[in-house]
Amino acid sequence: MLQYATRRILLAVPVIFGILIVTFLLARAIPGDPCKSILGEKATAAACEAFAENKGLNEPIPTQLAIYIKDVATGDFGESIRFKRSVAQIMVERFPMTIELSLTALGIALVVGIPLGIVSAMKHNTGVDVGAMVFANIGVSMPVFWLGLLLAYLFAFVLRDTIFFLPPSGRLTAGLISVPFYEAWGWSLQEGTVPFRFAEFASNHFIFNSFITGDWELFWDAIRHLILPAVALSTIPMAIIARMTRSSLLDVLGSEYVRTARAKGAPERRVVVRHALRNALLPVVTIVGLQMGALLSGAILTETVFGLAGAGTMLFEAITARDFPIIQGFTVVIAAGYVILNLIIDISYAYIDPRIRLE
Amino acid sequence: MTRRFRRRMKPIDSETSGADESPSNAELDLILEAPTGLWRGAWRRLLRRKTGVFGLSIIGVLLVVAIFAPVIAPYDPTNVLIGKEDVKRRDPPCVHLLGCDSDTPQHILGLDGNVRDQFSRIVYGSRVSLALGFLIVGLAFSVGSVLGAVAGFWGGWTDNLIMRFMDVILGFPALLLAIAIVAALGPGLRNTMLAIAIVSIPAYARVMRSSVISIRELDFVAASRALGASKLRILWSRVVPNALTPLVVIGTLGIATAILDMAAFGFLGLGAQEPTAEWGSMLARERAQVFSSPHLVFFPGLAIMVTVLGFNLLGDGIRDALDPSLSE
Repeated sequence: MLQYATRRILLAVPVIFGILIVTFLLARAIPGDPCKSILGEKATAAACEAFAENKGLNEPIPTQLAIYIKDVATGDFGESIRFKRSVAQIMVERFPMTIELSLTALGIALVVGIPLGIVSAMKHNTGVDVGAMVFANIGVSMPVFWLGLLLAYLFAFVLRDTIFFLPPSGRLTAGLISVPFYEAWGWSLQEGTVPFRFAEFASNHFIFNSFITGDWELFWDAIRHLILPAVALSTIPMAIIARMTRSSLLDVLGSEYVRTARAKGAPERRVVVRHALRNALLPVVTIVGLQMGALLSGAILTETVFGLAGAGTMLFEAITARDFPIIQGFTVVIAAGYVILNLIIDISYAYIDPRIRLE
Repeated sequence: MTRRFRRRMKPIDSETSGADESPSNAELDLILEAPTGLWRGAWRRLLRRKTGVFGLSIIGVLLVVAIFAPVIAPYDPTNVLIGKEDVKRRDPPCVHLLGCDSDTPQHILGLDGNVRDQFSRIVYGSRVSLALGFLIVGLAFSVGSVLGAVAGFWGGWTDNLIMRFMDVILGFPALLLAIAIVAALGPGLRNTMLAIAIVSIPAYARVMRSSVISIRELDFVAASRALGASKLRILWSRVVPNALTPLVVIGTLGIATAILDMAAFGFLGLGAQEPTAEWGSMLARERAQVFSSPHLVFFPGLAIMVTVLGFNLLGDGIRDALDPSLSE
């Protein structure tokens, strides 16, 4: 087991290294002169020369790459060109929104997708099965942004005067302000320090923050704002999870140990829940890991539709505005997070299923 | 995914290798080059499945629409009708059969923000989506399967180098990397197409590699080697034809993903530029008007969904049809 885990971790190192290099090169391949975009179009050649010297842009590319990797390793992502603020600070502000959105969407996808797949497999080739799979097929075929706009139209416009009304944009109703838990509890934290950053990062998860501080009005408001985007974002993973659960459970239900369980007279419910499901859900775990990337991609679109200031919109705007430090920082963090997450899933998967280790 | 394909390959492999037991080289060629029983049988099984037939019909209709777009569309997709007809911008749909006043000109899906006939734009949009869907997959398919075949067949450091690079591409969320590539190359249809193709290469490479690895050890390949066939010849005419099966499935499903991604790029304003009629960008232009003119958001999105659904159903149908173990 330890050997397998070590091998997997060692294999992930060059991948993360590769991601750093690709991000570094991509950010430099995006056309546009960083000097002119920071100092303004009228910057003189001398000013630009000083700027390049100052930022290390005159160094040969390999040296720049080495400096960049050293900076990333120490958590220094530089300063945003557009906002003149530290990229790490912007991450602290923007990532919580995206994390809340993706986790909620993933939760919805699991809670709906797995039972849907189970029911579909248990009622194989019946109307229920066909219906569920038609639903799943439509789910994977729907553009996220379209579904988002349709949901906004339905719940924020057609149903606007009913109790089903849900807000079409933003994280909170205008006028509501989330008080960070460390302020509510009177902690004195030095601004700019690492503990402060962490506290700020945690408190920017509005649902979490309002829950632990007991601010129920804000809690419900944040949840109501999150429902539509999360539902829109959840459809594709939900459909994929449902299909995966169904086919994997069907595979397992045909195996001999399940026949044994049935033969000894176990009720069908027990056969499925106690015997079959444990094995059937293993491939689903892998799919969930792979879906994290899709969720992040979808988050860019969902955040755009619902006007949410998350990491996805930030990154998209940075790319169009050529804000290199933000592009580099956000991409590296997202990609590295994605690789590490899948690494954890792979290793835990091998822990659960010994066959993987021996392959 | 890979694991699943590999497992499902087995019945197909044994079928092919079973047919190849006769040692004559000429006979082998005949079996491999003529449409084999596998494909003909698969086609028959596909036509027996409702979902596959449904997907195939959707794509058939779309192809007809795309080819005969000038005949089907009542207007030119870029024709601005202001001053030419008594219409306003973002007029809702008007269908004479459904009781719309016969004095007003008929626009069955209404008019867009630039006073153009939306139905005509959606009809022409099918050309963009289908053409790019096929192009993207064609590009990713050819590059990916060559890389995968080389990696799987040669093994060793070639394999490691290629597959680690594929891992790096897979390390990024696909849309994110594609956006970064488009940002580097500049927006537009061609660059978007390239970007989406690049990020989908690893899927083909991985599947091709794993099929090649499982096939190159089979007896009929060893027989070929014993007869003195060159490495390239073995790869090209023994291994690759047999490894293509799972790729056809992910290729079909890949068209669906490519069309969705294209639409997403259009929506973000990076893909098709005005006045090209592309569904994603049509929807994006009018998204602020969703409450007042929902028809301008609803119909382009519906077109995307139906097209993607068609390829998804067909892909699922082909997968089931190619897997004889499922056909009982």
